[in-house]
Amino acid sequence: MTAEENVTNAALVTSGETNATLGTQRRRGRWGRGSAGSGRTGAGVSAKRGEAVAGWLFAAPGIALLATFVLLPMLLALWVSVLDWDGTYSPLSGRAPVVGLDNYAALLTEDGLARRDFALSVRNTFYFVVISVPVQTALALGLAMVVHNRTLRGRGFFRAAFYFPSVTSAVAISVVFLFLFSGSGAINAVLGFFGIDGPTWFADPRGVVHELLGALGLVDPSAPPEWLSGTRLWGLTLWEWLSGPSVAMSAVTLLMIWTTSGNFMLIFLAALQNLPEDVLEAADVDGTTRWQRLTKVTVPMLMPTVFVVLTMGLIGSWQVFDQIYVMGQGNPAKTTLTPAYLSYQRSFAEGSYGLGAAIAFLLFAIIVVLTWAQRRLLRDGRTS
Amino acid sequence: MNRRRRHIGVALAAALVLAGCGEGFDEDPLAGSSIGSAPGRQSLGPATLQVLIGSATSVELEATRSIMQTWAQRTGNKVNVVASADLPQQLGQGFAGGTPPDLFVLEPGAFSRYAQPGALHTYAERLPGADDIYPNLRSIFTHEGKFVCAPKDFSTLALVIDTEAWAGAGLTDADLPKDWAQLEAVAKRLTTPKRKGLVLMDDVDRIGAFFKQAGGWLVDPSGKKATVDSPQNLQALQYVQRLLRSGSAAFAKQIDSGWSGEALGKGSAAMVVEGNWVIGALGKDYPQRKWRAVELPAGPAGKGTLAFTNCWGIPSVSKNRQAAENLVAHLTDVSQQNALGEGFGVIPSRRLAASLFARSHPEQQAFLAGADYAQGEPTAKGLESVLKDFDAQLLGLTSGADPKAILASTQRNAEQVLGR
Repeated sequence: MTAEENVTNAALVTSGETNATLGTQRRRGRWGRGSAGSGRTGAGVSAKRGEAVAGWLFAAPGIALLATFVLLPMLLALWVSVLDWDGTYSPLSGRAPVVGLDNYAALLTEDGLARRDFALSVRNTFYFVVISVPVQTALALGLAMVVHNRTLRGRGFFRAAFYFPSVTSAVAISVVFLFLFSGSGAINAVLGFFGIDGPTWFADPRGVVHELLGALGLVDPSAPPEWLSGTRLWGLTLWEWLSGPSVAMSAVTLLMIWTTSGNFMLIFLAALQNLPEDVLEAADVDGTTRWQRLTKVTVPMLMPTVFVVLTMGLIGSWQVFDQIYVMGQGNPAKTTLTPAYLSYQRSFAEGSYGLGAAIAFLLFAIIVVLTWAQRRLLRDGRTS
Repeated sequence: MNRRRRHIGVALAAALVLAGCGEGFDEDPLAGSSIGSAPGRQSLGPATLQVLIGSATSVELEATRSIMQTWAQRTGNKVNVVASADLPQQLGQGFAGGTPPDLFVLEPGAFSRYAQPGALHTYAERLPGADDIYPNLRSIFTHEGKFVCAPKDFSTLALVIDTEAWAGAGLTDADLPKDWAQLEAVAKRLTTPKRKGLVLMDDVDRIGAFFKQAGGWLVDPSGKKATVDSPQNLQALQYVQRLLRSGSAAFAKQIDSGWSGEALGKGSAAMVVEGNWVIGALGKDYPQRKWRAVELPAGPAGKGTLAFTNCWGIPSVSKNRQAAENLVAHLTDVSQQNALGEGFGVIPSRRLAASLFARSHPEQQAFLAGADYAQGEPTAKGLESVLKDFDAQLLGLTSGADPKAILASTQRNAEQVLGR
């Protein structure tokens, strides 16, 4: 609707009626489409209409593309998510039984493997996001400040070097990480140099928080107390929810931070270069320390960019797929299972397309809710 | 990279829309009848067959391709072989789009999923050598009493031993383990600080053999009822756990190996439970390693091993069903099966070809010996994720997970898929 009005309003503006208020523009917009005449010449109306038609015509290819490749597939996926469709015929043929919300129920309310797997994937990804998003954002900001520094020599080199992981294939990087983190790989060789016996990273399902609790002597990981191992929440015990990322997932998190921070560095760098020099100079004149200038002047001015980076990071992290597909496929012990990978696996490897599509929509819901919550939090933080 | 990681739902949906746009999507797949006696829109004359196989080693690919080309030249047809890196996914896409390949390699795990709705052309009984195919392989690909598709070739599990380590520990042929107790004893003797006596993979494809040896299995003979939580399976899992916890056995992952064969090649395992694919892999990656294979030791209920196979699937919607059937007849011909076996070391699915093959390959003897009593993989739809969940719990055996609890939860999940 708004797009439609904009086109008409634009038409009005070009014909010289720029001083109209929004309200009258709206009203005239309607007249402009010829629903009622009021002292305008017929030729004027038809010219407006011609422009409106032209506007739609220009927008048509874009709208058609969006409808074909975004809207339609989404609607079809929504349709599939209420079917019990095995993928051996077309989902539109009517042969697939409609099961209503059964697929969603299997993931949310019914006790079973589907719900357990989905809950595990949400748990894994939650820990993954909680660590990777703040760290990659802070790292990106730090890197951007470094390469923004005029006194740094070879700035071009560093910019390219930090950005390099972002332009390299995720699959290639994942394979390199597999080698780095193998039991006898480079990481463990370095750890061994310091006398640390490194884990077998991608084969290690132990939860980091579990181990931490064990190391602190709070809980014995091999025999957690009854209130933790006995209380069930959405198919998993409290103890399972508390696991933290597994050692394997931590390695994936490291990779993710390393690859995405360069990307976000670029966004921060652009924002830094746009900051008004005079404000920073004024801060200098006022005798701020470097830390004060960073926390009280630079970062507050960068808040819109921080918001963009956090949002993009949040969405991208929840959808993590390539790295999981290459590195773990959910192994070890399902601790690198993510909703995106689970959706793929249930759909294509097993032919439960309905369930797979339902997972995709629940993931979508999670992302929408979290993005909205993050937006609220950040906005409140700014106004207070 | 963020762009490539677009919403999975959109990717899925895009695939579905492409599916919807695919040619012939509102044709009734049953029109051609899965029995194949009513040929439907069967095209006559020379056909171009689209063949989809998994991405195997280049040797296997070349051997398959050349045998198919020979057939194509002789019959005037054309064969277009595509090797897929992700076979189940590509196959699913083909079927959903209404344009499946004319001939494809089908895993047992996906068999019911395609056979149930009649998506598979039932032809195997008509093949010239149908009676000669191993009965346990036939039963894997039998749906509602009908032998649907022909098994390609197969592999079984055996105990593969590093002969230098064996001799080094002072063991002789007389010590080759015949039962579980002996296996435990030799594993202990072969274990050194740098080497595990026995190395396994943490999946049902290896542990399942112990189930069979104890007299248990995942499903009942009909394949429709879950029997995971049985005293026999418990005995097997407890035995495996005892081996693991004694320190003389380990899972490959825990000793930093991708799979057991790698552990044997690197010398960090003295014995492994593996299939005959290990022969090619060891020869290629660790040619210095000297090894021999013997039948798996018997358990309380006797001998047991597992068989891994695929079948040649023909979709019932294909216009080239007859040509595809002829090609399968050619592929399952004794001489061709033998040639394929020569090419990459798999056991032919026909007894006649298998015995010929074993005569010229003494190293395959132990694997072939298991063929008669080998258990095929379960085919019920949905069981794959249940077994994956079972696999995911196995690593815990080392750290003291309760075998009873593992079996009980797997039983629960399996019942949910199969019904009680």
